[in-house]
Amino acid sequence: MEAFAKIDILDRVDGAAVVEAIKAGQLHDFPGGVHPPEAKLLSNQAPIASMPVPKTLYIPLKQHAGIQGSLAVAVGDKVKKGQPLTHSSHPFAVPVHASTSGTIIEITAHSSAHASGLPESTIILEPDGAEEWHIMPPFDDYRSVEPVKLIERICDAGISGLGGAGFPTHIKTQHDHDVECLIINGIECEPYISSDDRIMREHAWQIKQGIDILRYLVKPKEIIIAIENNKPEAFEALKTACSSDASITMASVPTKYPAGGEKQLIKALTGHEVPRSGLPMDIGCMMFNVGTCFAIADAIIYGKALVQRVVTLTGEALDMPQNVWALLGTPMSDLLSFAKYQPTKQKRHKVIMGGPMMGFAVANDSVPVVKITNCVLVPAADELPDIDDEKPCIRCGYCTDACPAGLLPQQLYWYSKAKDYPKAEEYALADCIECGACAYVCPSEIPLVQYYRQAKAEIKAQLDEQQKSEKAKLRFEQRQARLEADKKAREEKHRKAAEARKAAMENNGGDAKAKIAAALARAKAKKQQAAKATNSDTSSTDNNESSE
Amino acid sequence: MQFSLSSSPHNRVRRDTASVMRAVCYACIPGIMAQVWFFGWGVMIQLMLAIATALITEAGIMKLRRRNAKRILSDYSAVLTALLLAVSIPPLAPWWLIVIGTFFSIAIVKQLYGGLGFNMFNPAMGGYVMLLISFPLAMSMWLPVQSMALYPYNLTDALSVIFTGFSVSGYDITQLRLGIDGVTQATPLDAVRSSLLLGETYSEALQAPIFTSESGLSHGWAWVALAYLVGGLFLLWRKFISWHMPISMLAGVILTSGFLNMIMPDASGGVLFHLFSGAVLFGAFFIVTDPVSGSTTPKGRIIFGALIGFWTVIIRTFGGYPDAVAFAVLLMNIAVPLIDYYTQPRTYGARS
Repeated sequence: MEAFAKIDILDRVDGAAVVEAIKAGQLHDFPGGVHPPEAKLLSNQAPIASMPVPKTLYIPLKQHAGIQGSLAVAVGDKVKKGQPLTHSSHPFAVPVHASTSGTIIEITAHSSAHASGLPESTIILEPDGAEEWHIMPPFDDYRSVEPVKLIERICDAGISGLGGAGFPTHIKTQHDHDVECLIINGIECEPYISSDDRIMREHAWQIKQGIDILRYLVKPKEIIIAIENNKPEAFEALKTACSSDASITMASVPTKYPAGGEKQLIKALTGHEVPRSGLPMDIGCMMFNVGTCFAIADAIIYGKALVQRVVTLTGEALDMPQNVWALLGTPMSDLLSFAKYQPTKQKRHKVIMGGPMMGFAVANDSVPVVKITNCVLVPAADELPDIDDEKPCIRCGYCTDACPAGLLPQQLYWYSKAKDYPKAEEYALADCIECGACAYVCPSEIPLVQYYRQAKAEIKAQLDEQQKSEKAKLRFEQRQARLEADKKAREEKHRKAAEARKAAMENNGGDAKAKIAAALARAKAKKQQAAKATNSDTSSTDNNESSE
Repeated sequence: MQFSLSSSPHNRVRRDTASVMRAVCYACIPGIMAQVWFFGWGVMIQLMLAIATALITEAGIMKLRRRNAKRILSDYSAVLTALLLAVSIPPLAPWWLIVIGTFFSIAIVKQLYGGLGFNMFNPAMGGYVMLLISFPLAMSMWLPVQSMALYPYNLTDALSVIFTGFSVSGYDITQLRLGIDGVTQATPLDAVRSSLLLGETYSEALQAPIFTSESGLSHGWAWVALAYLVGGLFLLWRKFISWHMPISMLAGVILTSGFLNMIMPDASGGVLFHLFSGAVLFGAFFIVTDPVSGSTTPKGRIIFGALIGFWTVIIRTFGGYPDAVAFAVLLMNIAVPLIDYYTQPRTYGARS
């Protein structure tokens, strides 16, 4: 215990000690958090269903956090299921694939699966119904394959974090040393969502295969599978799948939103915190979502690219809420009709992609399923309250008690609203993870997260503007310096030319004197010669040529 | 098909400002009932007058500010302010006293600063202190416990005294203040204060008839305090208020009074006397917990509460007024921005 007191929570974790503590039932708490109604029973009772292939698929070129790959197909091309449509030409580019076999009928801007709903480059694919696969050669014995080949495959298969953030998986797996704890995130703390729950229950073995591959790649000292204690079936399934593997530790984490946030889960499991503006790797932790593990096994062992994912269709405006395997690019309209959407059950037609805490409302029913789409929530009229009656802040501090990042949401609100951005930054606005816990508890119904997003966007815009003007200033200064240098050079040249002229003149002048002197000397000599002519001596005049 | 857009989170707790304010009002009911039981119907009439004044004042100001009066009034914050002020003044005080006090609380202390959420001072305590300073005599006309009163009064008497100055039977307020022994009955705080000023010791002061025993507990008053404690515990239990401020204020009172009583046992009151007299228990749960004018950081709330407890005992012991909760609250209201600034919590992942 005395050693415990000395541990700096921002230092690297000690994997062995962490696992020992977890096995002894010791978990840590992260500050704040809320307990919204979980509403998971609505969707998690039935097995994951398969959907009929949609008539049209809308496959955005970029579905992860990073940059889009370069286009590898053209309109009219026939493609097979799993065939890459873009190439990764940059470490942060992850390719996308044809979710089924068919013809590319158009490449155009289409409503994006993003809060803005702004159109993004999208490949429109008309399925042929043949479901003909383009399989990459499976690595039957991946342990004999060089890790770099496997990492390349993970990238080629288009895998990015399926938990929601969509970070390219191959970038994380490139670390193969200093990983104390490989954490497999099966928390799924957002209410309503049960896609991870179902995949853990039904595909625990394949998740285990994915974990084994990750173990081979990143060589962690310890592996921890963390599941919230409201999912006992999923916990048991993974426990069974990993029962023969003593090196994997199962952790049942108390249900509290947002326990599944990367930073919050690391705190809950290890007691350590990821330093501000740092990465989990800085303290020896690495985290993958269970769905990502499943997709990694698909790519390595079965040679299949990421073309589908589990999506929870839920909410009381759906008559058949459930989980489905949805092809990437499936438009909302297909999902809604599959789950029997009843528009009459809604006052305002509203469809949320993601959960009620962090999801965003989609613009229309042609928005497609992308790699980060874990849930489509369609609430009935009174299921989730409309939040539009903003009242003055009464400084109750409920938000402070709810914030999992240890911030003062109320101060951030004042400064964001007053556009006092330096002060907002001083109160660590950048550390807000936008989990929505503060707005959830606010009795004045203030859309706090919206204020923070606006402030962040404007700070970013200001920063961009500042960088732009700094660049412009730099360019101006460089130009000034160049002009100055040119002027100097010109002046120098002029000066040199003038000096040269002067020198030449002086030289010439010198010559003249010398010539005169020489001439005088010659004349003198001639006189002397003439005087000595009688001596008839022809040891003649000398050499004043050298002065020339 | 186009869908309507909104920003996350899409869910929130269904506990809005109005329901929090209402809950605090409800939690006052045991205390008000105890006040009626021990000190008669006066407090109910003061309540009605205060609430009516508060609503009319706030509606008028909303009209002047061209805001939707109904929407603002329905947040119940004006009602709560009126209630807290009404239970703090002598039950048979003349009608204009509570009207002026409530008007001042709502119009000056609350609305002139920008209304709910923007007021720097606790409105009820601002009004109370204004009354105490401006009308010291009227504000000291506390009544004896009715079972020990020479002339107990009824509801019609109460109405009559408040509006005309005389009860139906013709008694004025000084007569109504007489105990069965024919002597004006002081409040516990007054009794100890005047006793100490006369050079008596604290234990001699406890011989006054208002006290039940050497413990420092008093007839009636201690029960009222206890009833407010019950309401306060309900608020704590249902998480309408956080524990930080009430507990730290009580700790401040206990430590300060305990220490003073230890070093000068004859010249200062004991811990139980301080806790159960005057507005300490009422203040701990209903006054210092006012979110608007209090500190908001977790550490700040504790400092804020503890210092209110500290100042309450200090001013009671060394100051010019018998009770001091209101002064202590206003004093600490001023310090809130400073406290908040220096008690920012450590952000996740930050060096402390």
